Amino acid sequence: MIEITDQLVDNLAELSRLEFDATQKSVIKSDLQKIIQFMEKLNELDTEGVEPLLHISTRTNVLREDEVKGSITREEGLKNAPATDGQFFEVPKVIQK
Amino acid sequence: MSDAKEKYEVVIGLEVHAQLATESKLFCGDSASFGAEPNTHVSPITLAHPGTLPKTNKKAVEYAVKMGIACHCEIAPFTYFSRKNYFYPDLPKGYQVSQNVHPICDKGYITIHTNGTKRNVLLDHIHLEDDAGKSIHDLYPDYTCIDLNRAGTPLIEIVSLPDMHSAEEAFQYVTEIRRLVRWIGICDGNMEEGSLRCDANVSIRLKGEIKLGTKVEVKNLNSIRNVKRAIEFEVERMIKMVENGEKIIQQTRSYDADKNITFALRDKEEANDYRYFPEPDLAPIELTEKDVQRIKELLPALPQDLQADFVEKYGLSAYDAEQLTLEKDTADFFLQTANISNQYKAIANWITGPLRQLANDQQIDFSQLQMAPEQIAGTIQIIDEGKVNFSIASSKILPALLGNPDATALDIATKENLLQTSDTGELEAWIDEALASMPDKVKEYQKGKKGLIGLFVGQVKKISKGKADPKITTELLQQKLG
Repeated sequence: MIEITDQLVDNLAELSRLEFDATQKSVIKSDLQKIIQFMEKLNELDTEGVEPLLHISTRTNVLREDEVKGSITREEGLKNAPATDGQFFEVPKVIQK
Repeated sequence: MSDAKEKYEVVIGLEVHAQLATESKLFCGDSASFGAEPNTHVSPITLAHPGTLPKTNKKAVEYAVKMGIACHCEIAPFTYFSRKNYFYPDLPKGYQVSQNVHPICDKGYITIHTNGTKRNVLLDHIHLEDDAGKSIHDLYPDYTCIDLNRAGTPLIEIVSLPDMHSAEEAFQYVTEIRRLVRWIGICDGNMEEGSLRCDANVSIRLKGEIKLGTKVEVKNLNSIRNVKRAIEFEVERMIKMVENGEKIIQQTRSYDADKNITFALRDKEEANDYRYFPEPDLAPIELTEKDVQRIKELLPALPQDLQADFVEKYGLSAYDAEQLTLEKDTADFFLQTANISNQYKAIANWITGPLRQLANDQQIDFSQLQMAPEQIAGTIQIIDEGKVNFSIASSKILPALLGNPDATALDIATKENLLQTSDTGELEAWIDEALASMPDKVKEYQKGKKGLIGLFVGQVKKISKGKADPKITTELLQQKLG
């Protein structure tokens, strides 16, 4: 079974861009441990000879024609922007020049 | 340095992204066109608002399969999308919709020519994915600006195996991909606008070594020429490092075309953990053999097949066949003209010579030339009949035909008084003038230097401004000079 270490929690937090203080971290750790334990239950099933399920969808080929439609205006699009000049979404500087 | 170079083998794998020339995006109906005002091609799906449901663009699937067929890939009977999770402000969903297992096209190869030899560069696979938006870092000092017009536009990523061994091979490979995507009409191949993008994975190893060396990924290769230059620089840099006993570290580097150098973007590969999982919002795609066959039938004859046809059926040289198939428009023009004229060699010469030159001069695509195959067939015919010569036809008649779909070469030659004359009276006057201008040469000729006949014919042509029929002129000259 996967052992939930502080380092694993830190890595996952980093990948998810989340931050936890020490108390939160220990709660998360124990939650994760429980989740993993729960999933481990699946290992008890004998899947010998069962086709692996690649995708949960029961339908295939749900496709649309190549048509331009459904766009909204820029004003509407920028409504929830954290900051905007009316043209762009503005975010904190990503790279230092 | 040159001795050191001999010790190493270069290993290159390329990832080429081609933006598919669909009208709409991969999973929603926003326009996929380039160059619009920022954030005007957006919808709730592109913006990744909660509760939205993406739906796959049929045409994008068809285009990916077309490329797969053109690259001799195995087309997957069952394929699906996965989420590739990472954070970046121009990726509103927090994940890219891509494929990591069961890509739509598996294996395959691209045939390249280097130094007169043909070789197949092996592909790992081709997959479908959506593009990210654009970050603009230099507009404001304190903010990065995000334009999401490009977010969600359809891409195929053509992933080669580490199967190229020189910058020249990489150059030929990208050139061939560009020709192919344009040929089959799935991408405009424009590298400046980013419709075709290339990342190179480069490593070196001692010759004979089987293990691959530490690779460096070079990004920002925005022209085919830069692909070559960046790899050349990178290989040189790596060899120097190894020769100096330094260790090559795995890096992502960027190419600076102005300085012709590469520089490190990210030093150590930070935890590249994309946590792929099947995209539950998009149904998988099943492709039957019949589907693949139907798509195959939509494909035009591929360049290498046409090239062979041009040699075998039309008797053209391998060089002419290659020149004609550099782009589909010239090959098509050849076929259309060859339908109405059997002067195949002449047709090829006209297309690869004056017509291509005309397009270049006007800086337009060959397809934009306002010239009908009938007009070229007609031009070739009046040359063949001795009514005009090639140089008059290409310098005077061709420009007059351009943009005049109703005009024929014969009309123009007649109207502009360009027809060669076989009127002996007129010819004799020109001949007399020509001979009078070079009495010494006439004497030499009469003493036996028969090769000078060409000089006299040339002089007559010059005096007549190209109108003297060279065959009759030669005969008349021979009579006159005895």
